[in-house]
Amino acid sequence: MRRPVRRGWRRALRRDWQLYSLAVLPLLFFLVFRYLPMIGNVIAFRRFEPGGSLLGEHWVGLRYVEMFLSDPTFWQVFRNTLWLGALTLVFCFPIPIVLALLLNEVRRTSLKRFVQSVSYLPHFLSVVIVAGITMQMLATDGPVNHMLGWFGQEPTRFIQEPEWFRTIYVGSEIWQTAGWGTILYLAALTTIDDDLYEAARIDGANRWQQIWHVTLPGIRPTMITLLILNIGTFLAVGFEKILLLYNPLTYPTADVVSTYLYRTGVESNSFSYAAAIGLFEAIVGLVLITSANQLSRRTVGTSLW
Amino acid sequence: MVSLLTPRPRTSVDQPTRGYRVFQGINGVILTAVVVVTLYPFVNIIARSFSGERQIRAGEVTLWPKGFDLTTYRIVFTDDVFWRGYGNTLFYTVVSTVVAMVLTTCYAYVLSKKHLKGRNVLVGIAVFTMFFSGGLIPNYVLITSLGLKNSVWAIALPNAISVFNLLVMKAFFESLPTELEEAAEIDGLSTYGTLLRIVLPLSKAVIATMVLFYSVSYWNSWFQAFLYMDRAELMPVTVYLRNLIAGATGATNAGATTEQGSQVAANIQAVTIVLTSLPILCVYPFVQRYFVSGVMLGAVKG
Repeated sequence: MRRPVRRGWRRALRRDWQLYSLAVLPLLFFLVFRYLPMIGNVIAFRRFEPGGSLLGEHWVGLRYVEMFLSDPTFWQVFRNTLWLGALTLVFCFPIPIVLALLLNEVRRTSLKRFVQSVSYLPHFLSVVIVAGITMQMLATDGPVNHMLGWFGQEPTRFIQEPEWFRTIYVGSEIWQTAGWGTILYLAALTTIDDDLYEAARIDGANRWQQIWHVTLPGIRPTMITLLILNIGTFLAVGFEKILLLYNPLTYPTADVVSTYLYRTGVESNSFSYAAAIGLFEAIVGLVLITSANQLSRRTVGTSLW
Repeated sequence: MVSLLTPRPRTSVDQPTRGYRVFQGINGVILTAVVVVTLYPFVNIIARSFSGERQIRAGEVTLWPKGFDLTTYRIVFTDDVFWRGYGNTLFYTVVSTVVAMVLTTCYAYVLSKKHLKGRNVLVGIAVFTMFFSGGLIPNYVLITSLGLKNSVWAIALPNAISVFNLLVMKAFFESLPTELEEAAEIDGLSTYGTLLRIVLPLSKAVIATMVLFYSVSYWNSWFQAFLYMDRAELMPVTVYLRNLIAGATGATNAGATTEQGSQVAANIQAVTIVLTSLPILCVYPFVQRYFVSGVMLGAVKG
């Protein structure tokens, strides 16, 4: 075994130059396509001319920040983002846990395997296909309206009604992610020591008590890790899916920060203004994940880093 | 690796109570409902794709095709734009996956060497990008000013390394026995030689998993192409489908003049959805376990 000895850079380079050389291209990738765009965010504080310098022309201070803070549309899309983020967290986070617990109680391996295979399937489809399927299901001649027809309901144009958008979005997220989301929990469930169940039974615990006192604590680290990650991506609600599902009629509920900055930036060429909004979103995301991580480290002792 | 599918062994103490049997019954009903809800949209879309215009418009199509009609399939099959889209998707997927695999493998191998000076910095450079990214606008400005628009590189380069995949591969390389590589080094093999002749042949499973991860994500991607491809002949099939969905109302009106036109307008989305998801649905049963094992490797060790 090599011992990790502290040596000078010169010696490290002489011995491991081949290894370092393998890192050159990947580092170039991170530099150009990850860190350069981070620096590129300075255009949020600079005047930017399309076709001009990547980093803008001259400083304008907080002009664009003040602009979006006083923009009523920004606050509207911010509220929509919080709504969709909260609904996604409330529904898409716990459902895989429940589904995993239910699957865990299935004794017949073939049945369990079948349910798993089927429920993972939507995860592998392109978001374009998922959006297409969602729209077909909800079309005026689609099955949802067909079923509502049994109760004498007139067909509804769901996809054009602002009050339906949140339900549609969250529903299609659940359809797409719930099954695949069980994988990590099922993995954690197999690692729970059987002796714990045995001991619980000897102590007279019934099924529910076993689930409450053995199973749930057993998957707690997984739950917390995924919760932190979910909170960190709170604001980054499914941009691509919303872009595919929304339309000007549903903007009042469907337009979120990322779609708004896409339209102002790429479609209307207000790059600096959109970059200011994007930077705000990224910083809020970073703050959210860091504080969720800190909080969980202090309170339950599980953290990502 | 512990298989997900092995049931927990039950002991003799385990006497199911009446309440538990009721629960098992309810559980069966719930899981059946999950299966039905997951599969029904596919069944309905397939049924729609084979149905006649009048029956679709009347909302009669639920489980089986009604008024069997293949006009739309014939039209899509003879549509050059659709097939060019498929070809583009294939081309972008292959190029992007190759680039991604080379970069990811190299970096993961470097990061797996625990003795390497500066290793933590190299790991940090990658991991930080999981939590903070430049965002859409600076990326768009960058790709545009690099002149990558309308080229495969606009799709292949910006997402060449997925940090999650990188950490999975790194974990795998770390789990390989060090003795083999040390022996190779003593035999005079260079680092490159060791990687190519010793490490990669031992890593076929993880390489297969990573190729699948990358190729499915590139096959499914649409937004990069939508953003950076201005010309219609460069569109992947996902953007073709996206344009159909976005222009759905327009197509209905335009196509309604002829009988054939209205048939096409009624089920072209269903036909295209079926034809675009077909490749994924065909390979899915065979590759699903690789995905599961890849995710677990990443979760357990990453």
